[in-house]
Amino acid sequence: MTTDVHQLDDGAWISVNDSREVNVSDLWLLARSDFCGCETTDFLAEGFVEVGVDYPDIQARIAGQCIACGESGVTDWLTVGRVVDPDSGEFYGVVHESVHFPEKRTRLANAKK
Amino acid sequence: MPSKVEKWKDEVYGNEIREHLMEFAEQGWDAIPEDEHDAWFERFKWWGLYHQRSGQESYFMMRIGTPNGVIKPGQLEVIGEVAKEYASGPADNPEFGDAYCDWTTRQSIQLHWIKLEDIPEIFEKLEAVGLGTQQACGDSWRNIVGCPVAGKDKHEHVDAWPVAEDLHETFKGNDDYSNLPRKWKVAIAGCDEGCGQGDINDLAFEPAEKDGELGFNVRIGGGLSRKEPRLARDIDVWVPPEQAADVAHGMSTLFREHGDREDRFNARIKFLMDEWGPEKMRSVLQEEYVDFELETAGEDMRDQYSYNTGSQDGHNDHVGIHEQKDGNYYVGLNVLVGRMGADDVIELAELADEYGSGEVRLTQRQNIIVTDVPEENLDAFTSEPLLEDYSPEPSPFMRGSIACTGTEYCSLSIVETKNRQVRYARWLKDNVELPEDHKDFHIHLSGCTASCAQPQIADVSLRGMKTRKDGEPVEALDIGLGGGLGDDPRFADWVEMRVPADEVPGAIKNLVNNFEDAREGGETFRDFVEDRDEETLAEMVEPEETDYHDPYMHNTKMTWYPYAEDDDMQSSPAPTDGSGEPLPSDD
Repeated sequence: MTTDVHQLDDGAWISVNDSREVNVSDLWLLARSDFCGCETTDFLAEGFVEVGVDYPDIQARIAGQCIACGESGVTDWLTVGRVVDPDSGEFYGVVHESVHFPEKRTRLANAKK
Repeated sequence: MPSKVEKWKDEVYGNEIREHLMEFAEQGWDAIPEDEHDAWFERFKWWGLYHQRSGQESYFMMRIGTPNGVIKPGQLEVIGEVAKEYASGPADNPEFGDAYCDWTTRQSIQLHWIKLEDIPEIFEKLEAVGLGTQQACGDSWRNIVGCPVAGKDKHEHVDAWPVAEDLHETFKGNDDYSNLPRKWKVAIAGCDEGCGQGDINDLAFEPAEKDGELGFNVRIGGGLSRKEPRLARDIDVWVPPEQAADVAHGMSTLFREHGDREDRFNARIKFLMDEWGPEKMRSVLQEEYVDFELETAGEDMRDQYSYNTGSQDGHNDHVGIHEQKDGNYYVGLNVLVGRMGADDVIELAELADEYGSGEVRLTQRQNIIVTDVPEENLDAFTSEPLLEDYSPEPSPFMRGSIACTGTEYCSLSIVETKNRQVRYARWLKDNVELPEDHKDFHIHLSGCTASCAQPQIADVSLRGMKTRKDGEPVEALDIGLGGGLGDDPRFADWVEMRVPADEVPGAIKNLVNNFEDAREGGETFRDFVEDRDEETLAEMVEPEETDYHDPYMHNTKMTWYPYAEDDDMQSSPAPTDGSGEPLPSDD
């Protein structure tokens, strides 16, 4: 089956296969990011702007701000979880408190794969 | 490419959703196919139902749209009874108990913990007295707002109530306008105080005179959501009351056809106004969407506006006892953060019947007004014990408080709001003295940038955030100052960011004291803020811990319900069946 991913309710959460999986209001630690000048960005997720699938990763660009320096904006693509087996559709979320590395996309993401 | 929501709307939307909703309700929560949840929950909004946040699956917020906030005789009792019977969840709120109504900033009503299976009965009860939930949410004409005392007010030049009612009748349930690119918010007012808050609506009708005739000037493209607040812009159009619906038809059709359906973040008409400007907006309206010559704008009354101007003169809200033009009185009652227990609602319905006409009205400041009270009934009515809790003469900190839904139920919110603002207001009342000449002081707390509590137009604006305190993440608020409406509306300046929520009352206390010390002559708070730069203002906001205690500093969004004894997400009883019993999990 295809993996169906979208953001809903004004970007409040990410739905993966019709299940609410990732919510705003969590803090994410971002490293090797040019989001702000901090060594690691202590990033508050305020809204999911774009979502996509880069199998097996579920990725998102998130609007929010660094709560250490106050810089606000939209991140590059972040992996928010994985659907390893598209047939089962089971979503494995990442631990948002761990360190994450946003990356610029080199190819287009599709909402479905 | 049209958004996924547009695809769902193309398949089923508008009136036809009801039939499906009723079928699902009949069969129970499990009948909604799991792979269609998102599509159906998006569609249910059109019928006023919003699926509650993560951890509260199978429960809905239900919004009842009451145009212009008018609740006719006989309706309030039914609203209270419905809340009492159906709006109880698996856990109590420590401030408000287990069944309550929220009066909203758009003069509507919200109930929580509504179960899908109960919806047919609730609709039947509401509709039997002329109430409904149709288009209360979703991409269509939303509840029309206006001066809550339209038709009664001594400051009124045009009675906007029949016009609002006509707009409601014309555009509710009308298939031509049922699927717009995004929500469509309309305000109409005929008084010279500016309490319709037209400046923050997509389409605003404001009183104006043209060649000796009274009608409305039209403004377009206001709104506060996200970090993109806009004031509605004057498109140089005046309409007589009898043509208001024609212009409203033209504008909402223009929005239907030109609004952005590919990017929901760019869909509101304020962004089209950014792109086009008011002149093009007017010319497209004229050339393509109305079949008569539009008049140029008339002389407005904005220089007389007093509502939410910070001027400390005139009407800054509708709390208190005021004479109507027919010689009766309306009594505006303060409802702290807009939440009223179901038993209190039922009791107020009885009092409104006994002392007034039975009609009540909701304001855009989350308060309630009992109208048509004869002078001889005033003393007895205001002596009723219920009015000790819902006072017509509250402290400025109680009457000035507005709060959105917050993390208690809302997916988007970053922080807890209603209970926190209740605690703030009580603490400020006991610990802070405003200057003698300041009777109005508005503090609006919004859990996120969606701005449902309208934070940008308050004296003190609070917006949900996070910060770290002693290394631990805690709920925090950005603090803005000096926003308000009037002839010269102004959004707040955000001066102090990410203040831990338990230091906000201390910050407001210090701010008020610093204002009193530094103000010149009779300078109002709003003028004081306008005349100073952000750096100076930031120095006056000195966040500080006090004896204020905040029980909601942890990440309330990570709980299934912030006030439950065991609030862990895994302990949620949801989803439940029609009798509230947990349904077996798939795991």
